[in-house]
Amino acid sequence: MLKERVYSIKEYKHKVFSQKEYMREKDISGCGLFGVINRKKNLISGSIPVEAIAVQHDRGNGLGGGFAAYGIYPEMEDKYALHLMCDDKDALSCAEELIRRYFDIHLSEPIPTKRTLNIVESPVLWRVFVSVKEDRPAWITLNEDDYVVAVVMQVNKQIKGAYIFSSGRNMGAFKGVGFPEDIGEFYRLDEYKGYIWTAHNRFPTNTPGWWGGAHPFTILDWSIVHNGEISSYGINKRYLAEHKYECTLMTDTEVVAYLLDLFIRKHGLSKKMACRIFAPPFWDEIDRMEEEEQRAYTALRMVYGSGLLNGPFAILFANHEGLVGLNDRIKLRPLIVAEKGDEVFMASEDCSIRSVCPNPDKLWAPKAGEPVIVELEN
Amino acid sequence: MAKNIIIDAKGIYYKDLNQKIRELIRQGYQDFELVNVSGQRYLATGLDGKYNFLIKGVAGQDTAAFMRGPYLRIEGNAQDGLGNTMDDGRVVVTGMAGDVLGYAMRGGEIYIKGDVGYRVGIHMKAYKEKLPVIVIGGKAGDFLGEYMAGGVLIVLGVFSQHPNAPITGRSLGTGIHGGVIYIRGEVPKYQLASNLLVEEVDEKDMELIKIQVKNFAEELDADADLLLKEKFIRIRPKSHRPYGNLYVPN
Repeated sequence: MLKERVYSIKEYKHKVFSQKEYMREKDISGCGLFGVINRKKNLISGSIPVEAIAVQHDRGNGLGGGFAAYGIYPEMEDKYALHLMCDDKDALSCAEELIRRYFDIHLSEPIPTKRTLNIVESPVLWRVFVSVKEDRPAWITLNEDDYVVAVVMQVNKQIKGAYIFSSGRNMGAFKGVGFPEDIGEFYRLDEYKGYIWTAHNRFPTNTPGWWGGAHPFTILDWSIVHNGEISSYGINKRYLAEHKYECTLMTDTEVVAYLLDLFIRKHGLSKKMACRIFAPPFWDEIDRMEEEEQRAYTALRMVYGSGLLNGPFAILFANHEGLVGLNDRIKLRPLIVAEKGDEVFMASEDCSIRSVCPNPDKLWAPKAGEPVIVELEN
Repeated sequence: MAKNIIIDAKGIYYKDLNQKIRELIRQGYQDFELVNVSGQRYLATGLDGKYNFLIKGVAGQDTAAFMRGPYLRIEGNAQDGLGNTMDDGRVVVTGMAGDVLGYAMRGGEIYIKGDVGYRVGIHMKAYKEKLPVIVIGGKAGDFLGEYMAGGVLIVLGVFSQHPNAPITGRSLGTGIHGGVIYIRGEVPKYQLASNLLVEEVDEKDMELIKIQVKNFAEELDADADLLLKEKFIRIRPKSHRPYGNLYVPN
């Protein structure tokens, strides 16, 4: 709806850098988030998240947009769908060669895109659907998911100019530099249907606005979109390195994807517990708890202190089982949640939800630090 | 006879919408009805004079910021930053409002029927005849009245979506050094830090509360008598210079 205001990166750079610093029009923004889940797994068209995030156009500045979608590859649902972005064909060949060493490839094709007015340059975007080789060349004792994580880390660390930016089953991330409505059009998201979608409009603050740095960040079928800044990035990153997760995408939010995988999939914590690590209760709140709860939260803070996310944030994260929204403990970023029938919506702004769900049954702003966890019904 | 106009805001970019409103004001229009508003920012921001706005939909960030005089009735919700540094006029919201409502507000009145977000009324101030007032029909988040220097916050806690939540949150009145917060009912003890003076209201307080709650009730179709039946408490700062001794002890 706001198309006429959209400009390309070239135009954006011209707009910003053609003037002296003190003459520049000031961009006042924060990132924008949107998410939707259908609890009964009924499929939602990709045009819904695109429309809803477009309403929050002014929360970003054209330096990043992206989407995560669940349930989009039903015909390949048992295969890991690896989405790659590569500087050029050579980088893609190197990456594909490495992937072929570890996996059986069932389908290898370009990610369908279309030329649009505002996304003029893009890396080579490719997807391969793979399964773990019977006869593995390495990591024989790892389970399949850990094996996939190991290969993703190896590609992202070792293959120059190639990144796997999505590695889950029956899900995928689509992201790049541009406004999200343009990224959505570019990736032809209206042709996909999923039961969970998240969307992100980026206003990069501390890190570059590049294709790999756009949200969502993913590992296996975890995906995360984030509005804010993770000041604890250094601690989180070093902690993750001890657990063999390598941060390669130069953006703070990346740590959250790997922390989710570590806490929930590997350590077996619940989503609620993971959220309590990210945004733990204050010590004075713990002091007022019943003894058993007090002991649990004290232990959580002692054991997982390095997993605490410091700084302002509103995040939406998802896996194949559900969608979660969470704010930092003192609510330095906005988050609104709404319900309508089997669907739950989450967004930075009320109007974004109403653009695709004009009359929700219920709409509210969740309390700081208290996760809104929506699981699929069976 | 005041000129009035209805504007369908659907799909109109916020800058274009606000430019249109200003152009119409130059043409002599005073009464505006904005329909299908979908988060457009800065509505009525910086307007000076007697204008009336009926806004249907969701009012975007910083609506009524720096405003001096206009009357806004928002039928729906307001997003963050409503009434930022507002100087005069009245804003009525039939739904809920977001974070930093009435930030640094210096005059006028804001009446919200439902719940409000975090950091409401922070940095509010008052001077001579200027006395900003915010009445909240629902409940408030953390940091209510933080660094408040003047003005009045009244929290009724009645029209809330969160029946089990406390009426206010953490860090209530942190750094407050002027103004007053009236709460209908009770605040959990642990939320009341040692910088706050918590007392029962007196007759003078009730005079002010009555006027404001009656305004609220008239604007938002509530029963003022019922709202006034419950006891109110008054929260004020203990000191006008809470940090006076922080670096250099007197």
